[in-house]
Amino acid sequence: MSKLLALLLLFAGAFATAQGITVAAAADMSAALPQLVASYAKKTGQAVKLSFGSSGNLTNQIRNGAPFDVFFSADEEYPQQLIIEGLASKETLYRYAVGRLVLWVSGDSPLDLSKLGIKALLDPSVKKISIANPAHAPYGRATEAALRHFGIYDQVSSRLVLGENVSQAAQFVESGNAQAGLIALSHALAPALKDKGRYWAVPLDAYPTLNQAAVVLARSKQQDAARRFLEFVHSPEATSLLTSYGFSLPAEKRQ
Amino acid sequence: MNWQAFWLTVRLAAIVSTLLIAIGIPIAYWLTNSRWRWKFLVEAAVALPIVLPPTVLGFYVLVALGSRSPLGRWWESLTGHTLAFTFEGLVIGSLLYSLPFAVQPFAASFGGVDPSLLRASASLGHSPVQTFRRIVLPLSKTGLVTGFALSFAHTLGEFGVVLMVGGNIPGVTRTISIDIYDQVQTANYSSANCTALLLLIVSFVVLSIVYGLNRRPWAVGPWR
Repeated sequence: MSKLLALLLLFAGAFATAQGITVAAAADMSAALPQLVASYAKKTGQAVKLSFGSSGNLTNQIRNGAPFDVFFSADEEYPQQLIIEGLASKETLYRYAVGRLVLWVSGDSPLDLSKLGIKALLDPSVKKISIANPAHAPYGRATEAALRHFGIYDQVSSRLVLGENVSQAAQFVESGNAQAGLIALSHALAPALKDKGRYWAVPLDAYPTLNQAAVVLARSKQQDAARRFLEFVHSPEATSLLTSYGFSLPAEKRQ
Repeated sequence: MNWQAFWLTVRLAAIVSTLLIAIGIPIAYWLTNSRWRWKFLVEAAVALPIVLPPTVLGFYVLVALGSRSPLGRWWESLTGHTLAFTFEGLVIGSLLYSLPFAVQPFAASFGGVDPSLLRASASLGHSPVQTFRRIVLPLSKTGLVTGFALSFAHTLGEFGVVLMVGGNIPGVTRTISIDIYDQVQTANYSSANCTALLLLIVSFVVLSIVYGLNRRPWAVGPWR
Protein backbone atom coordinates (compact mmCIF):
# COMPACT_ATOMS: atom_id res chain seq x y z
CA MET A 1 0.00 0.00 0.00
CA SER A 2 2.67 2.49 1.03
CA LYS A 3 4.73 1.47 -2.01
CA LEU A 4 1.81 2.28 -4.23
CA LEU A 5 1.45 5.65 -2.56
CA ALA A 6 5.13 6.40 -3.02
CA LEU A 7 4.84 5.49 -6.69
CA LEU A 8 1.86 7.79 -7.08
CA LEU A 9 3.71 10.66 -5.44
CA LEU A 10 6.66 10.04 -7.73
CA PHE A 11 4.40 10.30 -10.74
CA ALA A 12 2.77 13.45 -9.42
CA GLY A 13 6.22 14.95 -8.89
CA ALA A 14 7.36 14.00 -12.39
CA PHE A 15 4.33 15.63 -13.94
CA ALA A 16 4.72 18.76 -11.89
CA THR A 17 8.26 19.44 -13.13
CA ALA A 18 8.05 18.42 -16.76
CA GLN A 19 5.20 20.68 -17.79
CA GLY A 20 6.82 23.95 -18.86
CA ILE A 21 6.84 27.33 -17.21
CA THR A 22 4.12 29.05 -15.22
CA VAL A 23 3.39 32.72 -15.75
CA ALA A 24 1.65 34.86 -13.13
CA ALA A 25 -0.06 37.77 -14.82
CA ALA A 26 -2.06 40.86 -13.97
CA ALA A 27 -5.78 40.45 -14.59
CA ASP A 28 -5.77 42.94 -17.48
CA MET A 29 -3.75 40.39 -19.49
CA SER A 30 -6.44 37.70 -19.12
CA ALA A 31 -7.63 38.10 -22.71
CA ALA A 32 -4.38 38.91 -24.53
CA LEU A 33 -1.92 36.58 -22.82
CA PRO A 34 -3.65 33.28 -23.72
CA GLN A 35 -3.39 34.35 -27.37
CA LEU A 36 0.26 35.16 -26.93
CA VAL A 37 0.90 31.84 -25.22
CA ALA A 38 -0.95 29.98 -27.99
CA SER A 39 1.23 31.45 -30.73
CA TYR A 40 4.34 30.82 -28.61
CA ALA A 41 3.32 27.17 -28.23
CA LYS A 42 2.72 26.89 -31.95
CA LYS A 43 6.16 28.29 -32.70
CA THR A 44 8.25 26.49 -30.09
CA GLY A 45 6.14 23.60 -28.82
CA GLN A 46 6.60 24.97 -25.31
CA ALA A 47 3.53 25.02 -23.09
CA VAL A 48 3.03 27.93 -20.73
CA LYS A 49 0.64 27.79 -17.79
CA LEU A 50 -1.13 30.97 -16.78
CA SER A 51 -2.29 32.23 -13.42
CA PHE A 52 -4.20 35.52 -13.21
CA GLY A 53 -4.82 37.85 -10.30
CA SER A 54 -4.36 41.42 -9.18
CA SER A 55 -0.70 42.48 -9.34
CA GLY A 56 -0.59 43.12 -5.60
CA ASN A 57 -2.11 39.75 -4.87
CA LEU A 58 0.37 37.94 -7.13
CA THR A 59 3.33 39.86 -5.68
CA ASN A 60 2.29 38.68 -2.27
CA GLN A 61 1.99 35.09 -3.47
CA ILE A 62 5.47 35.31 -5.00
CA ARG A 63 6.85 36.60 -1.68
CA ASN A 64 5.36 33.53 -0.05
CA GLY A 65 6.98 31.06 -2.40
CA ALA A 66 4.47 30.67 -5.24
CA PRO A 67 6.02 28.47 -7.96
CA PHE A 68 5.89 31.04 -10.78
CA ASP A 69 8.62 31.55 -13.36
CA VAL A 70 7.64 34.87 -14.92
CA PHE A 71 5.55 37.72 -13.51
CA PHE A 72 3.58 40.17 -15.67
CA SER A 73 2.56 43.13 -13.53
CA ALA A 74 0.16 45.93 -14.41
CA ASP A 75 2.37 48.31 -12.46
CA GLU A 76 6.16 48.57 -12.63
CA GLU A 77 6.37 49.16 -8.91
CA TYR A 78 5.62 45.56 -7.90
CA PRO A 79 8.43 43.97 -9.97
CA GLN A 80 10.78 46.70 -8.70
CA GLN A 81 9.93 45.72 -5.13
CA LEU A 82 10.57 42.06 -5.91
CA ILE A 83 13.95 42.97 -7.43
CA ILE A 84 14.91 44.88 -4.29
CA GLU A 85 13.86 41.89 -2.18
CA GLY A 86 16.03 39.62 -4.33
CA LEU A 87 13.06 37.69 -5.66
CA ALA A 88 13.36 38.77 -9.31
CA SER A 89 16.29 39.32 -11.63
CA LYS A 90 16.84 42.96 -12.50
CA GLU A 91 18.33 42.46 -15.97
CA THR A 92 15.18 40.71 -17.19
CA LEU A 93 12.82 43.56 -16.25
CA TYR A 94 10.95 44.54 -19.39
CA ARG A 95 8.28 47.17 -19.92
CA TYR A 96 6.09 45.43 -22.42
CA ALA A 97 3.16 47.82 -22.65
CA VAL A 98 1.20 50.69 -21.19
CA GLY A 99 -2.26 49.85 -19.88
CA ARG A 100 -5.28 52.02 -20.63
CA LEU A 101 -8.17 52.72 -18.30
CA VAL A 102 -11.64 53.05 -19.82
CA LEU A 103 -15.13 53.86 -18.61
CA TRP A 104 -17.43 51.08 -19.80
CA VAL A 105 -21.23 50.82 -19.93
CA SER A 106 -23.33 48.00 -21.35
CA GLY A 107 -25.05 48.33 -24.71
CA ASP A 108 -28.49 48.91 -23.18
CA SER A 109 -27.29 51.89 -21.13
CA PRO A 110 -28.86 55.24 -22.12
CA LEU A 111 -25.66 57.13 -21.30
CA ASP A 112 -23.91 58.91 -24.17
CA LEU A 113 -20.30 58.42 -23.22
CA SER A 114 -18.82 60.38 -26.11
CA LYS A 115 -20.73 63.47 -24.98
CA LEU A 116 -20.59 63.03 -21.21
CA GLY A 117 -17.16 61.48 -20.71
CA ILE A 118 -16.40 60.91 -17.04
CA LYS A 119 -19.46 63.01 -16.10
CA ALA A 120 -21.58 60.00 -17.08
CA LEU A 121 -20.80 58.67 -13.61
CA LEU A 122 -22.83 61.53 -12.09
CA ASP A 123 -26.01 60.44 -13.90
CA PRO A 124 -28.70 59.30 -11.43
CA SER A 125 -29.19 56.05 -13.35
CA VAL A 126 -25.68 55.00 -12.30
CA LYS A 127 -26.28 53.44 -8.90
CA LYS A 128 -23.13 51.34 -8.68
CA ILE A 129 -19.75 51.90 -10.28
CA SER A 130 -17.42 48.92 -10.35
CA ILE A 131 -13.70 49.50 -9.99
CA ALA A 132 -10.71 47.32 -9.14
CA ASN A 133 -9.67 47.32 -5.48
CA PRO A 134 -7.17 50.21 -5.10
CA ALA A 135 -5.52 48.41 -2.17
CA HIS A 136 -3.85 45.85 -4.41
CA ALA A 137 -4.89 46.42 -8.04
CA PRO A 138 -3.04 49.03 -10.14
CA TYR A 139 -6.17 49.78 -12.19
CA GLY A 140 -7.97 50.54 -8.93
CA ARG A 141 -5.31 53.06 -8.01
CA ALA A 142 -5.42 54.56 -11.51
CA THR A 143 -9.20 54.87 -11.21
CA GLU A 144 -8.97 56.60 -7.86
CA ALA A 145 -6.39 59.03 -9.26
CA ALA A 146 -8.56 59.76 -12.32
CA LEU A 147 -11.68 60.38 -10.23
CA ARG A 148 -9.71 62.82 -8.08
CA HIS A 149 -8.22 64.42 -11.19
CA PHE A 150 -11.72 65.18 -12.47
CA GLY A 151 -12.79 66.35 -9.00
CA ILE A 152 -15.69 63.91 -8.71
CA TYR A 153 -14.26 61.39 -6.27
CA ASP A 154 -16.32 62.60 -3.30
CA GLN A 155 -19.50 62.62 -5.38
CA VAL A 156 -19.12 59.01 -6.50
CA SER A 157 -17.22 57.34 -3.64
CA SER A 158 -20.39 56.04 -1.94
CA ARG A 159 -21.38 54.23 -5.13
CA LEU A 160 -18.08 52.45 -5.78
CA VAL A 161 -17.99 48.67 -5.56
CA LEU A 162 -14.61 46.99 -5.48
CA GLY A 163 -13.72 44.04 -7.64
CA GLU A 164 -11.02 41.68 -6.42
CA ASN A 165 -9.10 42.65 -9.56
CA VAL A 166 -9.86 44.50 -12.79
CA SER A 167 -11.41 41.35 -14.33
CA GLN A 168 -14.00 41.15 -11.59
CA ALA A 169 -14.70 44.87 -11.97
CA ALA A 170 -15.45 44.15 -15.65
CA GLN A 171 -17.63 41.19 -14.72
CA PHE A 172 -19.67 43.29 -12.25
CA VAL A 173 -20.60 45.81 -14.96
CA GLU A 174 -20.92 43.23 -17.75
CA SER A 175 -23.48 41.24 -15.72
CA GLY A 176 -25.54 44.40 -15.18
CA ASN A 177 -25.04 44.48 -11.42
CA ALA A 178 -23.16 47.77 -11.76
CA GLN A 179 -24.31 50.38 -14.29
CA ALA A 180 -20.83 51.66 -15.10
CA GLY A 181 -17.34 50.34 -14.59
CA LEU A 182 -13.77 51.55 -14.84
CA ILE A 183 -11.98 48.68 -16.48
CA ALA A 184 -8.99 47.83 -18.67
CA LEU A 185 -9.16 48.69 -22.36
CA SER A 186 -7.83 45.19 -23.02
CA HIS A 187 -11.04 43.78 -21.52
CA ALA A 188 -13.30 46.23 -23.38
CA LEU A 189 -11.71 45.05 -26.63
CA ALA A 190 -11.74 41.35 -25.75
CA PRO A 191 -14.30 39.11 -27.51
CA ALA A 192 -16.27 38.57 -24.29
CA LEU A 193 -17.15 42.27 -23.94
CA LYS A 194 -16.52 43.80 -27.34
CA ASP A 195 -20.07 43.69 -28.69
CA LYS A 196 -21.81 44.09 -25.37
CA GLY A 197 -21.12 47.71 -24.59
CA ARG A 198 -19.41 51.03 -25.25
CA TYR A 199 -16.36 52.63 -23.69
CA TRP A 200 -14.75 56.00 -23.22
CA ALA A 201 -10.98 56.02 -22.83
CA VAL A 202 -9.92 58.00 -19.77
CA PRO A 203 -7.31 60.56 -20.92
CA LEU A 204 -3.75 59.50 -20.13
CA ASP A 205 -3.00 62.69 -18.18
CA ALA A 206 -5.72 61.87 -15.63
CA TYR A 207 -3.81 59.05 -13.90
CA PRO A 208 -0.21 57.93 -13.42
CA THR A 209 0.94 55.84 -16.39
CA LEU A 210 0.18 52.15 -16.01
CA ASN A 211 3.61 50.90 -17.02
CA GLN A 212 3.22 47.18 -17.43
CA ALA A 213 6.39 45.29 -16.69
CA ALA A 214 7.42 41.65 -16.78
CA VAL A 215 10.28 40.02 -14.94
CA VAL A 216 11.79 36.55 -14.51
CA LEU A 217 11.57 35.37 -10.91
CA ALA A 218 14.69 34.40 -8.99
CA ARG A 219 13.16 31.25 -7.55
CA SER A 220 12.31 29.85 -10.98
CA LYS A 221 13.94 26.48 -11.66
CA GLN A 222 13.56 27.04 -15.40
CA GLN A 223 15.45 30.28 -15.86
CA ASP A 224 16.29 29.60 -19.52
CA ALA A 225 12.76 28.68 -20.55
CA ALA A 226 11.43 31.69 -18.66
CA ARG A 227 13.88 34.04 -20.39
CA ARG A 228 13.06 32.57 -23.78
CA PHE A 229 9.38 33.25 -23.25
CA LEU A 230 10.10 36.82 -22.23
CA GLU A 231 12.28 37.19 -25.36
CA PHE A 232 9.23 36.24 -27.38
CA VAL A 233 7.21 38.98 -25.67
CA HIS A 234 9.84 41.44 -27.03
CA SER A 235 9.16 40.26 -30.59
CA PRO A 236 7.23 42.36 -33.13
CA GLU A 237 4.63 39.59 -33.40
CA ALA A 238 3.87 39.71 -29.68
CA THR A 239 3.94 43.51 -29.67
CA SER A 240 1.38 43.77 -32.43
CA LEU A 241 -0.88 41.31 -30.65
CA LEU A 242 -0.67 43.41 -27.50
CA THR A 243 -1.50 46.60 -29.39
CA SER A 244 -4.53 44.90 -30.91
CA TYR A 245 -5.78 44.47 -27.34
CA GLY A 246 -5.47 48.18 -26.70
CA PHE A 247 -2.11 48.23 -24.97
CA SER A 248 0.06 51.08 -26.15
CA LEU A 249 3.80 50.74 -26.44
CA PRO A 250 6.07 52.11 -23.73
CA ALA A 251 7.79 55.40 -24.60
CA GLU A 252 11.18 53.82 -25.36
CA LYS A 253 9.68 51.50 -28.01
CA ARG A 254 7.63 54.14 -29.81
CA GLN A 255 9.15 55.57 -32.95
CA MET B 1 -8.11 45.43 13.62
CA ASN B 2 -11.17 46.43 11.63
CA TRP B 3 -13.99 46.61 14.19
CA GLN B 4 -16.45 47.91 11.61
CA ALA B 5 -16.03 44.71 9.58
CA PHE B 6 -16.18 42.62 12.75
CA TRP B 7 -19.50 44.06 13.96
CA LEU B 8 -20.92 43.97 10.45
CA THR B 9 -20.17 40.25 10.29
CA VAL B 10 -21.62 39.60 13.75
CA ARG B 11 -24.77 41.49 12.73
CA LEU B 12 -25.00 39.48 9.50
CA ALA B 13 -24.56 36.18 11.34
CA ALA B 14 -27.08 37.12 14.03
CA ILE B 15 -29.74 38.15 11.50
CA VAL B 16 -29.16 35.06 9.36
CA SER B 17 -29.24 32.56 12.22
CA THR B 18 -32.35 34.20 13.72
CA LEU B 19 -34.16 34.10 10.38
CA LEU B 20 -33.06 30.50 9.98
CA ILE B 21 -34.84 29.61 13.26
CA ALA B 22 -38.06 30.96 11.74
CA ILE B 23 -37.52 29.38 8.32
CA GLY B 24 -35.81 26.21 9.50
CA ILE B 25 -38.32 25.03 12.12
CA PRO B 26 -41.24 24.55 9.67
CA ILE B 27 -38.97 22.89 7.11
CA ALA B 28 -37.44 20.60 9.73
CA TYR B 29 -40.89 19.79 11.14
CA TRP B 30 -42.18 18.90 7.71
CA LEU B 31 -39.10 16.80 6.96
CA THR B 32 -39.53 14.88 10.22
CA ASN B 33 -43.23 14.15 9.84
CA SER B 34 -43.94 13.98 6.14
CA ARG B 35 -44.45 10.57 4.57
CA TRP B 36 -44.37 11.91 1.06
CA ARG B 37 -42.64 9.52 -1.31
CA TRP B 38 -40.43 12.23 -2.84
CA LYS B 39 -39.37 13.73 0.47
CA PHE B 40 -35.79 12.63 -0.15
CA LEU B 41 -35.57 15.13 -3.00
CA VAL B 42 -36.36 17.99 -0.61
CA GLU B 43 -33.84 16.59 1.87
CA ALA B 44 -31.20 16.55 -0.87
CA ALA B 45 -32.05 20.12 -1.91
CA VAL B 46 -31.76 21.37 1.68
CA ALA B 47 -28.37 19.67 2.06
CA LEU B 48 -27.01 21.07 -1.24
CA PRO B 49 -25.11 24.05 0.23
CA ILE B 50 -22.94 21.64 2.25
CA VAL B 51 -21.35 20.27 -0.91
CA LEU B 52 -21.91 23.09 -3.41
CA PRO B 53 -18.98 25.49 -3.83
CA PRO B 54 -19.83 29.02 -2.67
CA THR B 55 -18.88 30.20 -6.15
CA VAL B 56 -21.94 28.44 -7.56
CA LEU B 57 -24.19 30.26 -5.15
CA GLY B 58 -22.34 33.53 -5.78
CA PHE B 59 -22.68 33.06 -9.52
CA TYR B 60 -26.43 32.52 -9.25
CA VAL B 61 -26.98 35.49 -6.98
CA LEU B 62 -24.95 37.67 -9.35
CA VAL B 63 -26.34 36.48 -12.66
CA ALA B 64 -29.69 34.76 -12.07
CA LEU B 65 -30.72 37.45 -9.60
CA GLY B 66 -28.93 40.28 -11.45
CA SER B 67 -30.66 43.03 -13.37
CA ARG B 68 -30.75 40.95 -16.57
CA SER B 69 -33.05 38.26 -15.14
CA PRO B 70 -36.83 38.56 -14.56
CA LEU B 71 -36.38 37.73 -10.88
CA GLY B 72 -33.69 40.38 -10.56
CA ARG B 73 -35.82 42.99 -12.32
CA TRP B 74 -38.73 42.21 -10.00
CA TRP B 75 -36.47 42.67 -6.99
CA GLU B 76 -35.12 45.90 -8.47
CA SER B 77 -38.61 47.33 -9.07
CA LEU B 78 -39.46 46.44 -5.47
CA THR B 79 -36.38 47.86 -3.76
CA GLY B 80 -34.74 50.12 -6.34
CA HIS B 81 -31.45 48.22 -6.45
CA THR B 82 -29.99 44.85 -7.36
CA LEU B 83 -29.20 42.23 -4.73
CA ALA B 84 -25.48 42.33 -5.40
CA PHE B 85 -23.42 44.83 -3.38
CA THR B 86 -26.05 45.17 -0.65
CA PHE B 87 -26.36 43.89 2.90
CA GLU B 88 -29.69 42.25 2.00
CA GLY B 89 -27.91 40.42 -0.80
CA LEU B 90 -25.45 39.01 1.73
CA VAL B 91 -28.34 38.04 4.04
CA ILE B 92 -30.13 36.15 1.24
CA GLY B 93 -26.93 34.48 0.07
CA SER B 94 -26.07 33.45 3.62
CA LEU B 95 -29.60 32.15 4.30
CA LEU B 96 -29.20 29.71 1.43
CA TYR B 97 -25.61 28.98 2.31
CA SER B 98 -26.30 28.17 5.98
CA LEU B 99 -29.73 26.56 5.64
CA PRO B 100 -28.65 22.91 6.18
CA PHE B 101 -26.62 23.90 9.24
CA ALA B 102 -29.87 24.95 10.91
CA VAL B 103 -32.39 22.50 9.41
CA GLN B 104 -30.44 19.30 9.96
CA PRO B 105 -29.91 19.67 13.73
CA PHE B 106 -33.54 20.84 14.07
CA ALA B 107 -34.86 17.81 12.18
CA ALA B 108 -32.60 15.42 14.10
CA SER B 109 -33.87 16.64 17.45
CA PHE B 110 -37.54 16.70 16.34
CA GLY B 111 -37.13 13.12 15.19
CA GLY B 112 -35.62 12.15 18.54
CA VAL B 113 -38.73 13.02 20.55
CA ASP B 114 -40.43 9.91 21.93
CA PRO B 115 -43.57 9.36 19.78
CA SER B 116 -45.53 7.98 22.76
CA LEU B 117 -45.34 11.46 24.34
CA LEU B 118 -46.90 12.91 21.18
CA ARG B 119 -49.69 10.33 21.27
CA ALA B 120 -50.31 11.00 24.94
CA SER B 121 -50.50 14.73 24.26
CA ALA B 122 -52.96 14.17 21.41
CA SER B 123 -55.14 11.84 23.51
CA LEU B 124 -55.28 14.53 26.21
CA GLY B 125 -56.89 16.84 23.66
CA HIS B 126 -53.95 18.94 22.43
CA SER B 127 -53.92 20.07 18.82
CA PRO B 128 -50.78 19.25 16.78
CA VAL B 129 -49.68 22.89 17.11
CA GLN B 130 -50.11 22.81 20.90
CA THR B 131 -48.27 19.50 21.08
CA PHE B 132 -45.44 20.93 19.01
CA ARG B 133 -45.17 24.01 21.20
CA ARG B 134 -45.46 22.27 24.56
CA ILE B 135 -43.77 18.91 23.93
CA VAL B 136 -41.58 18.90 20.84
CA LEU B 137 -39.98 22.34 21.10
CA PRO B 138 -38.96 22.13 24.78
CA LEU B 139 -37.55 18.63 24.24
CA SER B 140 -35.59 19.85 21.20
CA LYS B 141 -33.89 22.76 22.94
CA THR B 142 -30.41 21.35 22.42
CA GLY B 143 -31.03 20.82 18.71
CA LEU B 144 -32.37 24.34 18.33
CA VAL B 145 -29.36 25.88 20.06
CA THR B 146 -27.04 23.66 17.99
CA GLY B 147 -28.69 24.75 14.72
CA PHE B 148 -28.60 28.40 15.75
CA ALA B 149 -24.95 28.25 16.79
CA LEU B 150 -23.80 26.27 13.74
CA SER B 151 -25.53 28.58 11.26
CA PHE B 152 -24.14 31.58 13.18
CA ALA B 153 -20.60 30.21 13.01
CA HIS B 154 -20.96 29.16 9.39
CA THR B 155 -22.14 32.64 8.35
CA LEU B 156 -19.32 34.21 10.36
CA GLY B 157 -16.81 32.31 8.26
CA GLU B 158 -18.45 32.82 4.90
CA PHE B 159 -16.05 34.01 2.22
CA GLY B 160 -16.67 32.86 -1.34
CA VAL B 161 -20.21 34.15 -1.76
CA VAL B 162 -19.29 37.51 -0.24
CA LEU B 163 -16.20 37.85 -2.41
CA MET B 164 -18.31 37.24 -5.51
CA VAL B 165 -21.36 39.39 -4.79
CA GLY B 166 -20.32 41.79 -2.03
CA GLY B 167 -18.25 44.37 -3.90
CA ASN B 168 -16.16 44.98 -0.75
CA ILE B 169 -17.99 48.11 0.44
CA PRO B 170 -16.82 49.24 3.91
CA GLY B 171 -19.65 49.10 6.44
CA VAL B 172 -22.01 47.40 3.98
CA THR B 173 -20.47 44.26 2.55
CA ARG B 174 -16.86 44.18 3.77
CA THR B 175 -17.08 41.27 6.18
CA ILE B 176 -14.34 40.10 8.48
CA SER B 177 -13.17 37.31 6.16
CA ILE B 178 -12.89 39.77 3.24
CA ASP B 179 -11.00 42.16 5.49
CA ILE B 180 -8.51 39.43 6.40
CA TYR B 181 -8.12 38.62 2.70
CA ASP B 182 -7.40 42.29 1.89
CA GLN B 183 -4.91 42.56 4.74
CA VAL B 184 -3.04 39.50 3.48
CA GLN B 185 -3.09 40.75 -0.14
CA THR B 186 -1.50 44.02 0.92
CA ALA B 187 1.07 42.12 3.04
CA ASN B 188 -0.31 43.68 6.19
CA TYR B 189 0.31 40.49 8.14
CA SER B 190 0.16 41.83 11.69
CA SER B 191 -3.34 43.20 11.21
CA ALA B 192 -4.45 40.03 9.42
CA ASN B 193 -3.01 38.00 12.26
CA CYS B 194 -4.92 39.96 14.87
CA THR B 195 -8.25 39.62 13.04
CA ALA B 196 -7.71 35.96 12.16
CA LEU B 197 -6.95 35.13 15.76
CA LEU B 198 -10.13 36.84 16.94
CA LEU B 199 -12.19 34.91 14.39
CA LEU B 200 -10.49 31.69 15.43
CA ILE B 201 -11.33 32.27 19.09
CA VAL B 202 -14.94 33.25 18.43
CA SER B 203 -15.48 30.22 16.19
CA PHE B 204 -13.91 27.92 18.77
CA VAL B 205 -16.11 29.29 21.54
CA VAL B 206 -19.27 28.89 19.44
CA LEU B 207 -18.39 25.30 18.50
CA SER B 208 -17.45 24.49 22.09
CA ILE B 209 -20.93 25.59 23.11
CA VAL B 210 -22.41 23.26 20.49
CA TYR B 211 -20.37 20.23 21.47
CA GLY B 212 -20.65 21.01 25.16
CA LEU B 213 -24.43 21.07 24.93
CA ASN B 214 -24.49 17.82 23.03
CA ARG B 215 -22.32 16.02 25.58
CA ARG B 216 -24.58 13.46 27.24
CA PRO B 217 -23.23 13.50 30.82
CA TRP B 218 -24.05 17.20 30.89
CA ALA B 219 -27.76 16.53 30.75
CA VAL B 220 -27.81 17.61 34.38
CA GLY B 221 -24.90 20.05 34.60
CA PRO B 222 -21.33 20.58 33.39
CA TRP B 223 -19.91 20.19 36.92
CA ARG B 224 -20.51 16.47 37.14
